[in-house]
Amino acid sequence: MAKIEIKNLYKDYTVEGLKTVHAVRNASLTVDDGEVVVIIGPSGSGKSTLLRCVNKLEEPTSGNILIDGVDVTDPATDLRKVREEVGMVFQSFNLFPHLSVLDNITLAPRKVLKMDRKKAEELGMELLERVGLADKAKNRPPQLSGGQQQRVAIARSLAMKPKAMLFDEPTSALDPEMIKEVLDVMTDLAHEGMTMLLVTHEMGFARAAADKVVFMDSGEIIEMASPEELFTNPKSPRTKSFLDHIL
Amino acid sequence: MEKEKLEEEIRTETIRKKVLSVDSAALAAQKPQTITMTDGPLIPKKGEKHVLSAWRVTFIGAVVLLAGLVIFKPQPYRQIFLICIEGAPVTFEVTIFAIIGAVIIGTFAGLGSVSRHRWINMISGVYVELIRGIPLLVQLIFIYYALGRFLHLEGMVAAIIALSVCFGAYMGEIIRAGIQAIPKGQTEAATALGMSSSQTFIHIILPQTVKVVLPAIGNEFISMLKDSSLVSQLALADILRKGREYISRTFLSLETMLVVALIYLILTLVLSRLVGMLEERLHKNNG
Repeated sequence: MAKIEIKNLYKDYTVEGLKTVHAVRNASLTVDDGEVVVIIGPSGSGKSTLLRCVNKLEEPTSGNILIDGVDVTDPATDLRKVREEVGMVFQSFNLFPHLSVLDNITLAPRKVLKMDRKKAEELGMELLERVGLADKAKNRPPQLSGGQQQRVAIARSLAMKPKAMLFDEPTSALDPEMIKEVLDVMTDLAHEGMTMLLVTHEMGFARAAADKVVFMDSGEIIEMASPEELFTNPKSPRTKSFLDHIL
Repeated sequence: MEKEKLEEEIRTETIRKKVLSVDSAALAAQKPQTITMTDGPLIPKKGEKHVLSAWRVTFIGAVVLLAGLVIFKPQPYRQIFLICIEGAPVTFEVTIFAIIGAVIIGTFAGLGSVSRHRWINMISGVYVELIRGIPLLVQLIFIYYALGRFLHLEGMVAAIIALSVCFGAYMGEIIRAGIQAIPKGQTEAATALGMSSSQTFIHIILPQTVKVVLPAIGNEFISMLKDSSLVSQLALADILRKGREYISRTFLSLETMLVVALIYLILTLVLSRLVGMLEERLHKNNG
């Protein structure tokens, strides 16, 4: 398991070559080994951008991100190695539609970790069992419901045996009745001691599974506290007004 | 006074914001998503009853007319048909090899135009612009003579290379559009799993691109079959060339060209149906 440290992170975008948007401003945050940290905040507040900087899907403008002490922002760091060790689950699942469910899971272990096919498929079936979809191994992703697809996506990430997992609004694209099945899988993961950094709008999950909740607004981390404290007794008026709107 | 000034300022600020937001929305809407096909209407799809029946009417009409002429008016049509059809193997040979060549060249041109490398990008861009700006017949004759003079290539090989180079540019555009039609999330997911960019391309992007571009390539194949008639200018004995040689011997120009046109029409219609069936199958597999 791993520890993620984000130090003074900035991320600027240039829109149409003239306007600069500060998506993330001076964000610092630590996810300790085995900790679950949930980032909440209004849309456009830079939550996803911050998350995507951790495995360098976005290039930070300045600041440092350390995973187990390895600086991701250092150009000399082997990013592939980092990405092998940090799993990511996306809002839109991003399963590979041309591959079967099982092949979706086994592709990266086979190609990146050079695992042989038989071993990879055993691992894949084990993971499918774990997310309750062993009977769908031969199906194509488009034949599955959204909730099932997201569970496969989680299994796909787990196949790389990651030390930490990033979740970018994993339930936002799902119908309400499917959210629970995905959250159950995530809760199990949290209980098993996986280091997790999530962006989500599921306050129930944050309350139940998170060690820390981070509130972000317009690119800045406004407040960081335990879920009980942040939900019941927010210090900042911005946090309070956001919580009033959604709860 | 102060108040008016302030109000004015607020108004201009709102307008400015509006203009900005409209701009970005329009920009997002402009994103090209479709792959343009040169012979789109040729390919009937299952649901399109109208096109399908138009295809049937044309196809049955052409077959009946050609068969009728050959059977009931064998003098001169039977002879014309037998002579012209002798050119079919050449037409097919040129078409099939040239489409393979065009796909190979097009793959490189398409990859080049999505490459992040500036010079590669430029080279494939110039290639596409150059080819699209010159009439096919002019290019064909030019490349044919150039290859003949400097490399001493045989007529058939030179014609195939010339057609491949010409169609490669269009194929490149199809493949570029196909690659760009794959959602960005696919690359992101593969990257996040630790796959290298070449692994991502081979295992994720390429297989999906093939599915997207296959119908368009089928379309190009039909275009190629028709445009291969241009090689009759290059002393290759294809269907059109056979017909024209027959005309020069007998002066039966109208009769001969009627048969030549019908042969091309029937071939094209059969192929377009095949491409349509292929497309249906691909969609079924996707579901």
